[in-house]
Order: sequence, then structure tokens, then C-alpha cells
Amino acid sequence: MEIKNKATAGTLESNDVYVLVEPNDNGIELELESIVFNQFGEDIERTVKEVLDDFNVTNIKIQLKDRGAVECAIRARVETALKRAEGVNN
Amino acid sequence: MRRSMLFMPGNNAGMLLNADALGADSIILDLEDAVSPAEKDSARILVRNALKYLNYSNCEIIIRINSIDTDYWKSDLEEIIPLMPHMIMPPKISCAKDVQIVADYIKEVEEKHNIKKSTHIIPLIETALGVENAFEIAKSSDRVKAIFLGAEDLTADLRCKRTKKGDEIFYSRGRLVTAARAANIDAYDTPFTDVEDEEGLEQDALFAKSLGFTGKAAISPRHVMIINEVFSPTIEEIEYAKEVMDIIRVAKEQGKGAISLRGKMIDAPIVARAMQTLKMAEQLGGAINE
Repeated sequence: MEIKNKATAGTLESNDVYVLVEPNDNGIELELESIVFNQFGEDIERTVKEVLDDFNVTNIKIQLKDRGAVECAIRARVETALKRAEGVNN
Repeated sequence: MRRSMLFMPGNNAGMLLNADALGADSIILDLEDAVSPAEKDSARILVRNALKYLNYSNCEIIIRINSIDTDYWKSDLEEIIPLMPHMIMPPKISCAKDVQIVADYIKEVEEKHNIKKSTHIIPLIETALGVENAFEIAKSSDRVKAIFLGAEDLTADLRCKRTKKGDEIFYSRGRLVTAARAANIDAYDTPFTDVEDEEGLEQDALFAKSLGFTGKAAISPRHVMIINEVFSPTIEEIEYAKEVMDIIRVAKEQGKGAISLRGKMIDAPIVARAMQTLKMAEQLGGAINE
């Protein structure tokens, strides 16, 4: 999947994550801010990279502001942002 | 057993996380009214991931999809059916054909994903035409296991004011229960929308039960326990049911035809109701409404 546009998904509410994706020419640049960074930062990054792999995304700038989202919410918000950036949904 | 059905907004990650811990027999993950048009894609992806990764083992899962006059409902089913929810709730169902359109597309998605299980349907009846066609809707497909009255949209369609007392939906409630029972399926009552008025909710739920509804929907977790209590058998009802079954057994042993209990003839409908009460009591275990 090619990231064609800037897109966002999710919210800054409790148990959710806000995701911003942008086109990038230099591989995957991931920036994570999380209220549980010390405990789960690595797990969150691994989950994000799994979703990027699932959608064959190799060039992307992705920023996440996590408010304690569980894995399924992280997966859902990243997927939504990717699809919006490609312009396939809505 | 389904006494309470709790609506949860489909795009709220926090609420989906705790959805099955709120005591409701069913949760309705809502992709329709609770989700703005700009977030329809986000909600259906979130609900699909929630069904895939969260273990909703304590309650039944119902998904309210968008209505068939929108551009969203097919995408909703394509995302959700592969995760095999217990039921799909299509809104604004006004005739049998509406149900058949949804049922046909569910079948198409099930076949595409080689799903053998048949997803059930609980049509949301919330138009004047839907109320008039309630029996036809209830009989429209083998997938239909219950019908559900939605009074907010209905009263707008009836051009009347929605009140707490509910005189304006008395006919519709009766019509839905009769249609459901004639079709041998369940009937569910509209939510009570004043979250703060728990006494009003109890009265409304007791009235719905007296009309024959199987249970009631809720828009607030605070309403779930009251609805569960109202739609559970009381100890007195259970004791009576046991007496009915005992006297039936004794009558059979003695070869008696007509029998009476507490001065009242015991006939087949009373026995059927006693069996239902005891079955429900068994499912509830110790959680009986005193």
C-alpha cells in the first residue's frame, strides 16, 4: 500500500489512540507518545509494525498519541488511518 | 436468555473494552446513530478488531448496522459477518422485503467466507409502516429470531411527542408483541431514555413485561440491572411453576385428566409458562429476583 495523503484516525480519549500518517520517502518513521510508554512502548511499536506489514507499507511517517489503548484499538486505528491515507474508505 | 440489550457506541474504544462487564445479557455494538458519517469506516474497523481480539464471553453480541437506504450497510456486513456475531440488527425495517435484502447479503458474505453458521437477525421496527407489517417482518426469514421496537424514530414518524408514560406507543407495543408471539419469536421493548430516572425505568420495564415483551434495550449501563431484575422470574413465580409441574406429575400418575391448583384450572399454556419460568430460573442460577 502506498501512503498517498496525510490522514488521521482515533481520538485522544481514554483507552484510545490518535494516529497521524503521512507520505514518506525514507522507510518507516514511527513516533510514539504514550501514557504507558515505559511499560508497553515496545509492544505498541511491534503491533503498529505488524499492521504496516499486513498492508505492505514500507514508506510512511506515523505518529501515535496513545491514551492507554489495547491492542485491538491500536490495530483498528492504524488500519483506519492507512486506508484513509490511501483513499479507499468513505 | 436475553433480558437486557445494552447499546454501545461502535467507535468508542474505551466502552468497547468493557462492554461485556456491565451485566447485560446482550450488547448492541452500534454502527448507526451513535457514529457520525465521517467515522463510519473507523467504527466498523474498530468493532471488527474488537470482535477478533476481545473475548466477549459474558454476553451475546449484536451489531446494529446502518440502514439499507444508506451507502454503509453492505460494508458493515462485509467487515462484521466474518467475525460471526450472534445477531445483526438492521434498523428502519418496514417490510419483509427489507429483511430479505439484508438476509440475502448476509448469506452472500457467509458463503464468500465459507461460514457455515447462520447469523441471526433482529429487525429494528421504528416506522409506522414497520409496525403495521410487524408479523410479516417477524415471518420474513428463518434468521429472524426476535423483533425490536424503536420508539424514538417511530414517534417522529407518527408525528407525536414521545412521553415517559408512553401512551403514544401503546398500540405499537401491543402489535409488536402479538406479531412476535404469533411468529414464535421474541419481542424487545424500546429503551427508556431518561438515564437518571431509575424509578421511571422500572415502571416502564414492568409495563413492557406485562404486555408480553421478552426484555428491553438500554442506552445506559445504569439501566441494565433494573431491566434484568424486572425480566427475571420472581421467587413466587418459580415456586408456583414448581407446584404446577408437581401437580401435573401427580395427575399423570393417577390418570387424572382435568386438574386444578389454587382454585384454577391447569391447562397447557399454564404448564408451558411454568416450564419457561423454571428453565429461566435454572439459567439464572442463584440470581433470582425477590
